[in-house]
Amino acid sequence: MTTIVLLAVTGLGLAALYFLAASGLTLVFGLADVLNLAHGLLVSVGAYTAWVTATSLGGSHPSTRDIAIAVVAGTAAGALAATVVEVTMIRPLYQRTFEQILITVGLSLAGVALLQIVWGTQPLTFPKPAWTATVSTIAGMAVPNHSLILIAAAATVLIGLTLFLRHTRIGLIVRAGVQDREMVIALGVNVRTAFTVVFAIGGAAAALGGALGGIYFGAIDPSQGAALLIFAIGVVIIGGKGSITGTAVAATVVGLLQQFVNYYAAAGAGDLCVIALLAAVVLVRPQGLAGGKTA
Amino acid sequence: MKSLLHRAWPVAVAAVLAILPFSAVDIPVLFDGPFAQPGTLQLLAMCLIFAGVVQSYDLQFGRTGLMSFGHALYFAAGAYPTCVLVRAGWPLWQAAAAALCAGTLLAVVLGAIALHTDGIGFAMVTLAFAQAGTLTITLNPAGLTGGDEGLVLNGPGLPAWLTGVTNTANLYWLALAYVCAAVAVVWLLMASPAGRIITGVRDDTRRVSVLGLNSYVVKLSVFTLSGVLAAAGGIVYVLTTGGVSPHVASTAFTLTLLVMVVIGGPGTRWGPVLGAVVYTYLDQRLTAVSGAVSVSPGTPGWLAGLLSQPLLLLGIVFILLVYFAPGGLSALRPRKSFGRTDTTPPGDFQKARRRVAKLRR
Amino acid sequence: MTGSLLQVRGLSVRAGSLQLLHGISFDVAGHGTTVILGRDGAGKTTTLRAILGQLRSSGSVCFAGQEVANMPTHALVRMGIGYVPEDRRVFPDLTVAENLRLAERDRPDYDRVYTLFPDLAQRGKQRAGTLSGGQQQMVSLARALLNDNRLLVIDEPTKGLSPAVVTTVTAALAAVARTVPVLLVEQNLQVVSELAHGAVVVNAGRLAWTGNTRALLHDAQLTRTLLGVAARRP
Ligand SMILES: Nc1ncnc2c1ncn2[C@@H]1O[C@H](COP(=O)(O)OP(=O)(O)O)[C@@H](O)[C@H]1O
Ligand SMILES: [Mg+2]
Repeated sequence: MTTIVLLAVTGLGLAALYFLAASGLTLVFGLADVLNLAHGLLVSVGAYTAWVTATSLGGSHPSTRDIAIAVVAGTAAGALAATVVEVTMIRPLYQRTFEQILITVGLSLAGVALLQIVWGTQPLTFPKPAWTATVSTIAGMAVPNHSLILIAAAATVLIGLTLFLRHTRIGLIVRAGVQDREMVIALGVNVRTAFTVVFAIGGAAAALGGALGGIYFGAIDPSQGAALLIFAIGVVIIGGKGSITGTAVAATVVGLLQQFVNYYAAAGAGDLCVIALLAAVVLVRPQGLAGGKTA
Repeated sequence: MKSLLHRAWPVAVAAVLAILPFSAVDIPVLFDGPFAQPGTLQLLAMCLIFAGVVQSYDLQFGRTGLMSFGHALYFAAGAYPTCVLVRAGWPLWQAAAAALCAGTLLAVVLGAIALHTDGIGFAMVTLAFAQAGTLTITLNPAGLTGGDEGLVLNGPGLPAWLTGVTNTANLYWLALAYVCAAVAVVWLLMASPAGRIITGVRDDTRRVSVLGLNSYVVKLSVFTLSGVLAAAGGIVYVLTTGGVSPHVASTAFTLTLLVMVVIGGPGTRWGPVLGAVVYTYLDQRLTAVSGAVSVSPGTPGWLAGLLSQPLLLLGIVFILLVYFAPGGLSALRPRKSFGRTDTTPPGDFQKARRRVAKLRR
Repeated sequence: MTGSLLQVRGLSVRAGSLQLLHGISFDVAGHGTTVILGRDGAGKTTTLRAILGQLRSSGSVCFAGQEVANMPTHALVRMGIGYVPEDRRVFPDLTVAENLRLAERDRPDYDRVYTLFPDLAQRGKQRAGTLSGGQQQMVSLARALLNDNRLLVIDEPTKGLSPAVVTTVTAALAAVARTVPVLLVEQNLQVVSELAHGAVVVNAGRLAWTGNTRALLHDAQLTRTLLGVAARRP
C-alpha cells in the first residue's frame, strides 16, 4: 500500500513536470502550428539559472529562502529568454511556420552545445535544502516533499492558465486561434501579440519545471531539457493540440503510467509504454483526448 | 546536347570520386593528407554516407512534404541489427539483409501509424517513435546493444577486404556506391510518373485525390522507401566507422539531417547531397581541429570549448542561413548553371504546406 | 459620393503550379451591393481572399484611395472591412457572446446586431458549434456588423440554409446595404436580384462580364452562357 502511494505521488510529481513543460508547447502549437524544439532549452535555462542562483546564495546547502529565490529567478529567466527568442527570431518570420521551426531546431542544437561548453557534459548536483529530500506524512502516508512541490506548482499554473484563457482578451484570442487562426486575423485581430505572450508564459512554465526538476531529480545536465521535451511532446499529442485541460489529463496519465510500469515491470518499460499509448491514441483519436478544446 | 551534358555530369562526378583513392593529390588546409591516405578517405566516406542518408530524408521532406523528426530510427535500424548479428557470428551479407528487412518492416508499421497525423503532428509522432528506439538501445536488452557505450563491429562473418586501415579504400567505394544508388533511386523516381504524383501530394493533396489516388498510400510508400534507403546507409556507416553508438538513433541525429537538407536546399537536385557533404566535413574537421588545439599549450579554454562543440557554431550558422539564404546553398547559385530545378523552389514549399493544411479544414 | 470604394486591377493568384486567378479587374461602388457571380470553382472565394490578403496575389487592390494589395489581413480589416467568410467559420467551442466579443473593435454596436438578429441576444452563453446553420450564419454576420465598417465582404451567406432563413438573411443584408457598401458572393439569383446593383461574373479564374445586375438577369441567353443556369424572371 505504501509503495502504491509512493509511486502515485512520485508519478504525479513527474506528471506535474510534464505538464509544466508541455503547457507552453501545446499553446504555441495550437496557436501558430509551430513545434518549438527549443522548448527543452527553456527548461534548461530555468534549471541552470536556478542552479547558479542557489549556489551563489547558499553554496551546496541553500536555505529555503535561497532556493525560492533561485526558482523565481529561473522562471523569470525562462520567460525572458522565451520573449527575446520570440521577438528577435520567431516574429520576423511571421506566418512562415516552416522557417520558424527551423530556427528552433538551430537554437536547440546550438543551445545544448553552449550549455556543454559552459557547464560541461556531466550532471551537476543541484543544491537544495534538506527538507526537500525528506517525506511529509499526510493522512498517515509518507509522501516525498519534492513531488509535493512540483504538484503544487503545476496545480497553480493549471489554475492560473485556465483563468487567463477564460477571462482575458488574449486568452480569448488564444482559444479562438487554436480553432481557426485565419478567421481570428480576418476579424482584425493582430495575433502576434497573443503569440508573444503565449510564448513567454510557456517559457516561464517550462523554466519553472526545469528549476523544480533540479530539486526532484537532484541533478541537472545539458540533455535533460531535450529528454523532458520528448515526453512533453507525447503529452501534447495525447492531450490534443492547444488544450490545457487535455494536457493536464494526458500528463497525469503519462506520469503515472511511466512510474508504475517502470517499477512493476522493468526500468525503461514505462517509457516505452508511454510511446505505445501515444501510438494507440494516434490510431484511435488522432486529434488527441481533447480534440480542439482549449480550456 | 544540353540534356546529354545534364545527364553526363553526375556520372563524371561519380567517376572522379571513384578514382580518388588512387590520387596522390594533397590539398593542404582542407585535408590532413593526400586523398589516398586512409584518414582522408575515411572523412570522405563519411561525407558520402551522409549524402546518401540526407538524400533519403529529402525524399520525404523536400519532395513529399513530410517532416519527420525520427529518420534516425531507420538509420539505426540498419546499423544496430547489422552490428549485433555480425557479433553473433552471422555472415555480413546475411546480417545486412536482415537489417534491411528490419528497417523496411519498422518503416511500414510506424509510418502507417504516424501518417494518421499530418504536419506538425506527424513530426511529433515520428519523434516519439524514434525515442522508443533510443530507449530500447540504451536499455541494452539482453546485453545486445551495448547500452550507452554502443558496440564495436567484429565477428568471424566480416570479410577481410572490409576491415583494417589498409582497406579503407574499399569502404570508401562502398560508401560511394551507396550514395550513387540512393541518389539514382530518388532522381529516377522523381523523373518517373510516380514522381509527378509525389509532387502532387506535396503541393495539393486534393488534386491527387481527384486522380483517384489515395495520398495516404503514396505517403506510406515514400516513407517506407526512404526508411529502407536510410537503413542501407546505416549498414554502410557501421562498416565504415567499425561500430555504432546510441547517438545515431537520437533526435539530435535527425535534426542534423534536417539541418543538412536545409543548408543544401530541400527538394532540389544537388542540394541535399551538397548540404550533407559541407556539414559532415565541417563537423568532422572542427572536432579534429579542436583535438589538436586543446593539446597545444596556451590555447584559451573558451576556444577549445568552442571547437569541441561544433554544434554551437553550426547551429548559429544554420540559423543565419535560414534568415539570409532561405533556399539553401543551391539557391545561392544562379538558376542557369544550376540546371533544371526538378520541383517548385523551396520558397513555394511552405505555401504548398499551408495550402494543404487549409484544404483539410 | 458616387465614386468606387474598391478598385481591383489585374488581380492574379497562383497556388504552386496552378494559376487560380488570371488578372481580374473590377470596381466596387461606394454604395449598394456589388455581387460576384460564377459557377462553382470559378474563383469567387479566391478573389475575396486575395483582396483581403489571405492569399498572396499580384496586381493592385485599392481601398478608399490606398493601395492595400498583400497588406496584412488584420491591418486591412481594421481600416474598416467586415468579412463574412464562406461556410460561416464561427468558433465552435466559443460561446456566441465570445464569438462577438472577439470581433469587437473600437466602438462595437450591439444594439444594431441584436435588432437585426434578436435570437442572438438570448443565446449569448450557448456554444456556437451547437447552433443551427442559420443561427451560425447570423453569428458570422453579426461579427461583421458589430463595428462601423466602410465595406462588408460577404461570401455566400445563404449557402445551405432553409428558405425561411434565406429570407431573414436577405432582409438583414438589404437593411445593412442601405448604409454600408457590400461586396457579395451569392449563387441564389433570387437573392441577387433583390440585393445587387453591380455584377461581376468570373469564369475559370477570368473576368467574364461586368455590368448591371438587372441587365444580366434579364438576358436569359447571357445568364445561361455565363452562369450555366436559366435566369429566374424576377
Ligand atoms: N488553396 C488552393 N489550392 C489549390 N487550388 C485551389 C485553392 N483554393 C481554391 N482552389 C481552386 O481554385 C478554384 C476556385 O476556387 P474558389 O475560389 O473557392 O471557387 P468559388 O468560385 O466556388 O468560390 C477551384 O477550382 C478550387 O479547386
Ligand atoms: Mg466559394
